[in-house]
Amino acid sequence: MPPETASDTATRQAPPEQITAIPVRHPGRWIAAGLIAVLIAMFVHMLVTNPVFQWGFMVDNMFTPAVLRGARTTLIMTVLAMVLGVLLGIVLAVMRLSPNPVVSGAAWTFIWFFRAIPRIVLLFFCANLGALYATYDLGIPFDRQLMDFFGFSGDLRFLGLDGNQIFAGFTAGLIGLALSEAAYMAEIVRAGIQSVDPGQTEAASALGMSRSRTMRRIVLPQAMRVIIPPTGNETIAMLKDTSLLIAVPVTSELNFQLRAIGSRTFQIIPMAVASILWYLALSSLLMVGQHFLEKRFSRGFGTRETRAQRAERTARIVGSSH
Amino acid sequence: MTGDAGGPVPAGPMVKAEGVCKSFGQLDVLKGIDLEVAPREVMCVIGPSGSGKSTFLRCVNHLEKINAGRLWVDGELIGYREKGGKLHELRDREVSAQRRDIGMVFQRFNLFPHMTALENVIEAPIQVKGLRRDAARDLGAAQLERVGLGDRVHSYPNQLSGGQQQRVAIARALAMEPKLMLFDEPTSALDPELVGEVLDVMRGLAESGMTMLVVTHEMGFAREVGDTLVFMDDGVVVEAGAPRRMLADPQHERTKAFLSKVL
Repeated sequence: MPPETASDTATRQAPPEQITAIPVRHPGRWIAAGLIAVLIAMFVHMLVTNPVFQWGFMVDNMFTPAVLRGARTTLIMTVLAMVLGVLLGIVLAVMRLSPNPVVSGAAWTFIWFFRAIPRIVLLFFCANLGALYATYDLGIPFDRQLMDFFGFSGDLRFLGLDGNQIFAGFTAGLIGLALSEAAYMAEIVRAGIQSVDPGQTEAASALGMSRSRTMRRIVLPQAMRVIIPPTGNETIAMLKDTSLLIAVPVTSELNFQLRAIGSRTFQIIPMAVASILWYLALSSLLMVGQHFLEKRFSRGFGTRETRAQRAERTARIVGSSH
Repeated sequence: MTGDAGGPVPAGPMVKAEGVCKSFGQLDVLKGIDLEVAPREVMCVIGPSGSGKSTFLRCVNHLEKINAGRLWVDGELIGYREKGGKLHELRDREVSAQRRDIGMVFQRFNLFPHMTALENVIEAPIQVKGLRRDAARDLGAAQLERVGLGDRVHSYPNQLSGGQQQRVAIARALAMEPKLMLFDEPTSALDPELVGEVLDVMRGLAESGMTMLVVTHEMGFAREVGDTLVFMDDGVVVEAGAPRRMLADPQHERTKAFLSKVL
């Protein structure tokens, strides 16, 4: 709306009458809302009245030390698998964009292979690779420290599995999830890199910046804006896919622990609901992190001009045109 | 204004092109360009779109590889090294080193949108020249002051008008203290009322003694600021000379035909 000038206001006799029209009715919307309200009421009624839910039992059992450790394992696995997946994905994306056909072909093959294999199949395979490594005595660095860090010291629940086996299980699971994730992330990162205007690379080149510096300082920060939203989805998918670690098996993760309680006590439904609530809570936690990352990398995009800045600019344009 | 081009004037030409050819696949865009730009000279290049003028400019800082001929900037062969009668391509690092001394301003500004005006200007001095951050800040602020944007250092490009963005782009190029400035239709993407502020900055730069190669459609600027005017068409230099003389009395038919359309 153009700003009013003093002369406009002076010549105007009285402001026009405010419109008080009767708004259009939307009966369809009211009916739909009513139906939904009934369905919600039925749902809540079911939750409250059906004795199978055993809410008290669920609350008592969804925060046991073993479950909390399971939640920690799940979160640590999610974060580690995503960090490795993203880093490897960036390398693969840059390789994929290489002019050298061997380099880009290798990246293509990796992506083709690991996207084709279902994660549960891959995890099962990796678990057996882990056994192979143990047989060949190929040690993995920092095993003792990792063991301590992940709290795998003898818990009664892991009867029959000694420490080394559990360690192999976690590593095998991590390798499987990270490799699979890298294949997806490579395509996401590539799309991000290709979304950046080629003029940006030209401008950086013209200033004498090297290719790698241009990628790090100019292209990737802008690509992040495109990369982060799907990466958030990937992270949430990863959180859920940690439940596939049963194929390794990694028994210390969240879903296994909750199900174990359910099987042992024959309270299947309460523990299944507990699983749902746990994953809801952890996903929501990750979404908060995603929100802040997106905000960080949207600098300079969208309309973030403050009111003061806009006034300043308007004043300047008006001033310069006179 | 601390003089960019205030040092001793080099003896030879700043830019020398000899038989420069460039083709994209089957399409010959440049068909043998010969020209020289003297130090402190402002050369404006005009011509119809597709005449190869922008391509030539991009060859000067090796954004495009030439297929034939030779190009020198300040006596240095661009993009290649001649050794034992053979041409060797320069490494990326060596090409970057050559570009450091050649500023370029693009039609579509190409500012880095995730950085403020100041960060845009100081990025290359820090990353390429290894300038300390505080020294770069002073330099950046001075360069933005010079283009009349001393009060907008912390604005992001999308908070600036087109004219302001292009002035930031000029400041960004100047912050590398180049010995040659290339302008690729710097006002073509601007709203008409914003063209003047960019041309004013360029005029000031020309007066400070900067060597400038300007591809433009601004005949007024070419006439008043340019030392030489070059008319290109279909990949060749058709006519070159003093701007006033050429604009008033073009010798070549193709020049006449073009000028009759744009003047």
